[in-house]
Amino acid sequence: MDKITVEHLSFYYGDKRALKDISITIKDREITALIGPSGCGKSTFLRCLDRMNDTIPNTRLEGRVLLDGCDIYAPDADVVELRRQVGMVFQRPNPFPKSVYDNVAFGPRILGINGNRELDDIVEESLRGAALWKEVSNDLRQDALSLSLGEQQRLCIARAIAVRPEVILMDEPCSALDPIATLQVEELIRQLKERYCIVIVTHNMQQAARVSDRTGFFWLGELVEFDMTDRIFTSPDQRLTEDYITGRAG
Amino acid sequence: MDRHQVQRVGFILLAAVAAIVVIPILVVIGIIAVEGAGALSWEFLSAMPRDGMRAGGILPAIIGTLWLTLGTALVAIPIGVGGGIYLAEYARDSLLTRAIRLAIINLAGVPSVVYGLFGLGLFVLFFRFGTSIVAGSLTLAIMTLPIIISTTEEALRAVPTEFRTVSTSLGGTRWQGIRRIVLPQAMPGVITGVLLGLLRAAGETAPILFTVAAFFLPRLPQSPFDQTMALPYHLYVISTQVPAMPDEIKYATALVLLVLVLSMNVVATLIRSTYRRRREW
Repeated sequence: MDKITVEHLSFYYGDKRALKDISITIKDREITALIGPSGCGKSTFLRCLDRMNDTIPNTRLEGRVLLDGCDIYAPDADVVELRRQVGMVFQRPNPFPKSVYDNVAFGPRILGINGNRELDDIVEESLRGAALWKEVSNDLRQDALSLSLGEQQRLCIARAIAVRPEVILMDEPCSALDPIATLQVEELIRQLKERYCIVIVTHNMQQAARVSDRTGFFWLGELVEFDMTDRIFTSPDQRLTEDYITGRAG
Repeated sequence: MDRHQVQRVGFILLAAVAAIVVIPILVVIGIIAVEGAGALSWEFLSAMPRDGMRAGGILPAIIGTLWLTLGTALVAIPIGVGGGIYLAEYARDSLLTRAIRLAIINLAGVPSVVYGLFGLGLFVLFFRFGTSIVAGSLTLAIMTLPIIISTTEEALRAVPTEFRTVSTSLGGTRWQGIRRIVLPQAMPGVITGVLLGLLRAAGETAPILFTVAAFFLPRLPQSPFDQTMALPYHLYVISTQVPAMPDEIKYATALVLLVLVLSMNVVATLIRSTYRRRREW
């Protein structure tokens, strides 16, 4: 099922065109990886999908982004509700300096859920969903910043899924983590695919190959190639893609 | 000199500078404490002045200062913190906001007696509040606003942008992000700014001179529209206007004002350090 459809998307920082005429269809219950060198527009593209670029002054967007067929940039679109539907996990683990519990409950509380029982349930469900329940269930009041970086990143994922999104965007979620924590997060991402549509930006091509179903290759603001991950890594159509994944370009 | 000697000399110079700053403060506090302690008694704190203020207590001045500080807080905190939030979180960089910032910086540099005259013109005469606690509090509040606004703004700006971004990405409105994560994180800075501002208000003489302060009024204020005595002005009066004033009483009055102000300072420091222990970014 198509979850997100992007049509002729261009994005400008001032006069600089950061994304050039991108069209792509992202499927539900799949992991879509976006690869490419630094500054190629992957993160900018990701942030267009939940309108997180809106807050940056002096930027402009052309084209359409459809979520379940609705244009998220339509004048009557509810941006706040959109961002609930589309969660985001950032490069650096960034839990709030609060307890584990309060971190996960932050989103639900914003949405007006205040019942203790209900919050308890959401927190447990989200922490289980993020494969963190076992580590933290004995002390949900502990400071989130006392967790290891890998645990912090999984906590951020728990915080993101606590508002029951449909899509989760991940911007290099493992780049600050050690190899073992990275594998744990990757395993988690594979599990999350059962319930969510996931788009992950990564520098790490092995990671894209390991976790994703489809891969898009960005180069200088253009989507050079988008296909099944197996195909991208074995027999890409474009010469540039092949050069990049074999390390001859980039 | 080799570089180790240079370092040693540097340290000694810096320590000397620190001493030059700290020692006079300690000496001033020490002299006031030693000279004033003798006159300090329960009666001094709880009785009305007698004998042309040469005897008795300073209760009306203490109460007056407390009322004025409270009145200042009621006006200055909501407006100041609100203004700080606006400038840090909402205002875009425009000609208007630059003008506002410039005005705030300039206001902070205006001599306090000018605020006094401004308060006299606006609150006492134009709004017909008379010389009253209301007029005095408003005048002090205006003097305090620049401090509160700019420290609030700075404290908010020191909170990482990331927290706002995360809140937004979870479906929070901008205000929810501010209310639930940014402001709590900035609280120590905000509280410090507020207390520093109020501290200054509590110790000022010139702004209350024409707006509220009574030379001698041996009763407690009856309403917000009443005049009142106040510690800083009382100190000025007994030091310059009353012949044959016992020195001990002057020092004791200064000591009370000093303790009042310093204890607020200590409270500010305590609040800040309690919060800071919980913060690790």
